[in-house]
Amino acid sequence: MLRFIGFRLLQALPVLLVVITVTFFLIRVAPGGPFDSEKAVIPEVQAALEAQYRLNLTLFQQYTAYLGDLFHGDFGPSFKYPGRSVNELIAAGFPVTAELAFYALLVALTIGGIAGIVASLKPNSAQDYIPMSVAMIGICMPSLLLGPILILLFGIYLDWLPVSGWGDSPGDKILPAITLGSAYAAYIARLSRAGMLEVMSQDYIRTARAKGLPEWQVVSRHALRGGMIPVVAFLVLAFAGLLSGSFVVETIFQIPGLGRFYVQAAFNRDYTMILGSTIFLATLIVFFNLLSDILAAWMNPRLRDQMRAL
Amino acid sequence: MLKVQHLSVSFVTRLGANKAVDNVTFSVESGKITAIIGESGSGKSVACCSLLGLIPSPPGLIEGGRALFDGKDLTKLNEAQLRKIRGRDIAMVFQDPMTCLNPYMTIGDQLTESLRYHQKIRRTEARRRAIELLQEVGIREPASTIDSYPHQFSGGMRQRVMIAMALINEPKLLIADEPTTALDVTIQAQILQLLADLQKRRDIGILFISHDLAVIADIADQIVVMQEGKVVETGTRSEIFHNAQHPYTQRLLAAIPTGGKEIASPESESLIQIRDLCTWFQHSNAPVKAVDGVNFDIYRGEVLGLVGESGSGKSTIGRSILRLVNVTSGQIIFDGLDVTALRPHELKKLRRRMQFIFQDPFASLNPRMTVYETLSEPLLLHRIENRSTVAASVLRLMDNVGLARGFARKYPHEFSGGQRQRIAIGRAVATRPEFIVADEPVSALDVTIQAQILELMRELGREYGLTMLFISHDLAVVRQLADRIIVLQAGKVVEQASTRDLFAQPQKAYTRQLLQSIPGRGLLKGDVAGG
Amino acid sequence: MTNPAIGDLAQTQPGTSLWQDAWLRLRRNRLALVGLIILLLFIFIAAVTPWIAPYGYAQQDLELGAAPPSAAHWLGTDIFGRDLLTQIMFGGRISLAVGFVATAVALLIGITWGAIAGYMGGRVDAVMMRLVDIIYALPFMIFIILLMVVFGRNMLLLFLAIGAVEWLTMARIMRSQVQSLRQQEFVEAAVSLGLPTATIIRRHLIPNALGPIIVYTTLTVPSVMLLEAFLSFLGLGVQPPETSWGLLISYGAESMEEYPWLLLFPGLALTLTLFSLNFLGDGLRDALDVRGAKD
Repeated sequence: MLRFIGFRLLQALPVLLVVITVTFFLIRVAPGGPFDSEKAVIPEVQAALEAQYRLNLTLFQQYTAYLGDLFHGDFGPSFKYPGRSVNELIAAGFPVTAELAFYALLVALTIGGIAGIVASLKPNSAQDYIPMSVAMIGICMPSLLLGPILILLFGIYLDWLPVSGWGDSPGDKILPAITLGSAYAAYIARLSRAGMLEVMSQDYIRTARAKGLPEWQVVSRHALRGGMIPVVAFLVLAFAGLLSGSFVVETIFQIPGLGRFYVQAAFNRDYTMILGSTIFLATLIVFFNLLSDILAAWMNPRLRDQMRAL
Repeated sequence: MLKVQHLSVSFVTRLGANKAVDNVTFSVESGKITAIIGESGSGKSVACCSLLGLIPSPPGLIEGGRALFDGKDLTKLNEAQLRKIRGRDIAMVFQDPMTCLNPYMTIGDQLTESLRYHQKIRRTEARRRAIELLQEVGIREPASTIDSYPHQFSGGMRQRVMIAMALINEPKLLIADEPTTALDVTIQAQILQLLADLQKRRDIGILFISHDLAVIADIADQIVVMQEGKVVETGTRSEIFHNAQHPYTQRLLAAIPTGGKEIASPESESLIQIRDLCTWFQHSNAPVKAVDGVNFDIYRGEVLGLVGESGSGKSTIGRSILRLVNVTSGQIIFDGLDVTALRPHELKKLRRRMQFIFQDPFASLNPRMTVYETLSEPLLLHRIENRSTVAASVLRLMDNVGLARGFARKYPHEFSGGQRQRIAIGRAVATRPEFIVADEPVSALDVTIQAQILELMRELGREYGLTMLFISHDLAVVRQLADRIIVLQAGKVVEQASTRDLFAQPQKAYTRQLLQSIPGRGLLKGDVAGG
Repeated sequence: MTNPAIGDLAQTQPGTSLWQDAWLRLRRNRLALVGLIILLLFIFIAAVTPWIAPYGYAQQDLELGAAPPSAAHWLGTDIFGRDLLTQIMFGGRISLAVGFVATAVALLIGITWGAIAGYMGGRVDAVMMRLVDIIYALPFMIFIILLMVVFGRNMLLLFLAIGAVEWLTMARIMRSQVQSLRQQEFVEAAVSLGLPTATIIRRHLIPNALGPIIVYTTLTVPSVMLLEAFLSFLGLGVQPPETSWGLLISYGAESMEEYPWLLLFPGLALTLTLFSLNFLGDGLRDALDVRGAKD
């Protein structure tokens, strides 16, 4: 088991190194520097700035120095805001994004999971069609449309909830969480329905019924476990996806999270910020992928044995 | 104890009602075994599952009849009342022990849950009873294996667990739906013995569902023969086996492989020589030695039977000869040519001379090609016919394998299993090969169809002068066709002898065990292992 | 049925192929059929937009400004007095083009990659699929943004960038198809007949692998269109003077309080297209009997 995890962690290291390297050099290729737009600067200041950003070194020296910094957990200073480090920006933005992602996942799991299971218990009936049609709307109504519509409806016409901000006024977390979670709710609904239908058609469900167990026990003891494995594996991946996919929602609701910072950095060509957050998020996602694999294997006794044997 | 009278079950869909069980009557006595025999689609499983409310409903619907059990009519009970009977008074064992146990729960949890649900007893007590029962059905060291998961058991052991699970509430009636069909022959014999023992010891009634008369020949007291939803004949074991009245029953009996073929005068010229053949498959750590140092000859014009249980390497040998898998070492000499060393264009020439017939006629035909396309492909490829003459040749080929010409432009999914196997056989003989490997060609088919396909292969073998390697797990089937037999176990040859000698005087213990496992050998007159 | 006198193929009854079967099943699925019709309609409109658009693409009416739907402007106008219907029609050209072209890119890379990996097997397969796993694990939205930042916001790059991240699933599906088909007995039978590899691939592998590919192509198009909409919404995708549905929605969201139609109609166009594609994809999945696609 530990060897399995260790093995996978070892595999993850080169992946991260590739990400860092590719991102680093891509950024260097990008046209324009951070100070291009500003007025002519005094040569001494320019030199000092270049030294601060190590632009006076060769590309390879910059790269190795950056790797050294990364090893110490230092993403370097921001290009755009010379006074602040990328670490500070990530530290400010990430908790907000993580909280948003968590609420969104909660929304997605509650609505999606229940809808999917309910639908799977009576396939091809109204109990199936209605939640699944709603799920289809969730898939086809992207957050960039759902967000503004929810704002229009609940924020402006009905005036029930605040339309922007994060933690500034009560209830301002509700609309972003729903907007971000809706597409995932829909996926979870479809995934859990498919998973449950698959399991419910297995022979061992018939065995459980032949034992005389009541239907709720057949579902809860025998079907849920197998049927929910894909959902659990997906949840972990979804959390990673939410962390790195909340740009739109953070932009719509003006939430000071990592996603918004990233988009702003992309506009400002704040290269160190882009580089730092890309590496940060890639590391997170690689980690969550690993976690998802381990969880899925852990829930299946057969895979668990194979993992132990490794 | 169970009296089923005039039971009718239909599946009602938008396209109309389909009567799966039609006015069926039978009974099971306490302490006796009643067997229901029928081919696929005969409604035998539906009839039994519907008694316990285990058919999907809708579309399944019990339309009429009664099923009296303990004075109650099962067909009139609601779901809650049925649930009290299911697993407690009537228990079931299903066909495939690989899929019938929940892979996510330990067998202990699965064993005890129905005990605890029906009898409301404590966990420790339930566990103690489960361990006792596992011991009784022949699981070694039950006290420790009870916490294992199903995948840690072999197929036979899982079926023992299934049986223990069914017996845990001491039911009065056990319904066993093809409980041995998915198992190897020697394991099948053990499970049948176990069921017979348990039934005597515990004095329970068993309703045994099977497609194979031979399987129940030794154990059934009463036999019910079903065809297309109807009961065609009911009788005691000896009535059915010795005095069958209905033609369908007689056909089923005739389909039980008995006797061997008259041995042709042995020829000594060998067509194929196999020397030190090893075919290993790369697996994570150690190679799987599917075929491990095998030597034998196949003589021109003979049918050589290759017999073994799953994992014996019998299929791999067949595939090795045709170079469908890569050989690890050794030689395969076909008419003077070493097959293992041929270059691609030489191999192509050779392919015309040897062909393969696969087990599963559902998988061995390209679902997107018509019969005509499938059969014309080899003829055109090897330039046996050209575009203008091929149609007539395909139609003649269809005659030869017993397919109506009108079906030429149909697709595989429009045919039954037996018809598909005829198409596959037609494809194999199209190039008029000298040698054919037939890998379990009848084991996916119903018994009466089996007999027809074997007959077809026998005829074609004579007509085309074929040499054949006939691979099967079923000695009784091999015996009907083979001149000589090779017994394989774990990739090695155990014994080879002429069919007559092998059955009369088996030399090795494993061969004797296989022979003794042939189902129904007790009842079939003067037949097996020296009479 | 049985007529031993038949001596000619043409006299036999034709069978029903699996494609015909699937088409019959699809025709019975009303939602999928409606999706197909809407989709074809939109594609047709997009193709002929320059000739049928009610107003010129750049035509403004600054005096009119933003006006609600009327007889002259069926879907209203934006703040520059541009006809919204015209804008949506031209935006649709880009949105649909991104959807289909990027999917084609993904299809091309994915099928080739997956087929090679599946057919070669062994070490080649292991390395190739490991690479897919690695790219799968990357935050691809971020990577597209990164690419757009580095190479500028250019349409061709947008096609390529989206295609380059969407091919992964396609490669996985193709690989598992090829792998499972290779083990099918009818492919072994073809090998033992001595058919050349190219014929086996053309006649036995491709027709049988096509079903899942068709289904996932249909389902990739909406996810690509969504990606384009996201990027354009953030201002990182399609740039003015070009427009797309994502961009129109983004403008509409800015002024939705005063002029809600500027948000609703482009949103409706996008949602309707996504609905059509998803329903068609689901319908095809059922009709072609394609089961779970994860490996």
